[in-house]
Amino acid sequence: MLLNGLAGFEPMKRYSAFAIAREALSGHKNWERAWRNAQPKRRYDVVIVGAGGHGLATAYYLGKNFGITNVAVIEKGWLGGGNTGRNTTIIRSNYLQDPSAAIYEKARALYETLSQDLNYNVMFSPRGVMMLAQTEHEVRGYQRTAHANALQGVETRFITPREVKEIVPIINLDGPRYPVLGALWQERAGTARHDAVAWGYARACSAMGMDIIQKCEVIGVRQEGGRVTGVQTTKGDIACEKLGIVVAGHSGDLAAMAGFRLPLESVPLQALVSEPIKPIMDCVVMANTVHGYMSQSDKGEMVIGGGTDGYNAYTQRGSFHHIEETVRALIETFPMVSRLKMLRQWGGIVDVTGDRSPILSKTPLEGCFINAGWGTGGFKAIPGSGWGFAELMARGHSPLCEEFSMWRFGEGKFIDESLAAGVAH
Amino acid sequence: MLTFQCPYCGVQADETELHAGGEAHLTRHGPGSSDKDFEAYLFMRQNPKGVHFERWRHVNGCGKWFHAARCTMTLEVFGAYPAQTTEPPKRILDVITSKRPGWTWRELS
Repeated sequence: MLLNGLAGFEPMKRYSAFAIAREALSGHKNWERAWRNAQPKRRYDVVIVGAGGHGLATAYYLGKNFGITNVAVIEKGWLGGGNTGRNTTIIRSNYLQDPSAAIYEKARALYETLSQDLNYNVMFSPRGVMMLAQTEHEVRGYQRTAHANALQGVETRFITPREVKEIVPIINLDGPRYPVLGALWQERAGTARHDAVAWGYARACSAMGMDIIQKCEVIGVRQEGGRVTGVQTTKGDIACEKLGIVVAGHSGDLAAMAGFRLPLESVPLQALVSEPIKPIMDCVVMANTVHGYMSQSDKGEMVIGGGTDGYNAYTQRGSFHHIEETVRALIETFPMVSRLKMLRQWGGIVDVTGDRSPILSKTPLEGCFINAGWGTGGFKAIPGSGWGFAELMARGHSPLCEEFSMWRFGEGKFIDESLAAGVAH
Repeated sequence: MLTFQCPYCGVQADETELHAGGEAHLTRHGPGSSDKDFEAYLFMRQNPKGVHFERWRHVNGCGKWFHAARCTMTLEVFGAYPAQTTEPPKRILDVITSKRPGWTWRELS
């Protein structure tokens, strides 16, 4: 037990060109595990429920920024196996409201140096994100967003159809149903390797001595006198000073265990991916009017995201007519993809709030914090969310999280992002 | 694909013919209610894993609103019933109990 505990504090071997050469000498047989698959101790300072991107990032910044390393991240399934591994990997920060722009831009900025920071290649690719305006209403909406972004210090601009065609030659500008009237262009936005983000954070957390405990489901939250004292899990009771709930679609369940309700509903969001083809598009294009967005992965597959279902479900597949709508719209905008074969389709369960903005908040249970409601756009926010939520958990307040309280609905202080976040991410 | 039998016109309608209208049997709190009740009415939802009661509109059919009971884990439909009621009819509750033994109807506020 003691040895295991100490082993965690040994610095892991750094990944580098030199390391590749060194390991090549022994036929690449001696690479060490990227992180320890730990078993729970009886007690931690902080327990984070949910080893997805947001949970792991929270643990990482608790250690890095606040020196809190007696931390466990517990996970019902496996590391990064939820929405972290199911999203379409888009990173952007062109939101309308100031609090959103602040946290998403913080995340985007952290992504730029994340590979160096974690010593793990997350393959951040600032290839540019283009959001098409296909109705007059959208033109006005995105022009307004571009002006708001200028004031927020987020670099975006509204571009003409001609510029759109220059950046994306395969696009059909003329419609017929949805002509391209312009686009909101964020040049420094892009994509990253979603699994690598979870793995990189996990490795860095493990190197700081934190325990990542997989296949460990929380079945109860222990409390005493209005204060959290620990969690009951399928691997026994774990005591903690502070508890962070970061479980996306399953937040309602955990909140019920902790004794409070959340203004969330869980719906499936779908994505699909094509067979790999030669490079045809080197940026991300989103078309919110027609509920579709597309980018090309490094392997050459076209990664396509669709809309959410209109009703609650936990099925992780989504309804067929939504995917049909998405594909129909894409074929109109990109006629050349009409003969592409699709390799697979899947769904993730996203938790959506009334104003389409997340909740990063204290809760009625003292010492218990909640990070939820990222809806259709959580991946892009992972570093910023972890940064802010770690600060909230360590200090009790955080400028990044201030506006995202769970009580804002009762107070009428909405952060209305239905234009930016209602459908596509 | 989800299909419901519309309790008004009797058509077996699939989800492309319908519009989902969110959770059913909410107590409507308006002027004169407490802030907490009003917030709960507007934003707080059951979001259950399992049996759920919802409002649906037969939008590309007879145009009427009805209620339906459905499982959010399996998408199994337990039945649909007219909307002029504050709680599900016994017929629907019996179907659910036969398929989900031990299931209980949530507390009505």
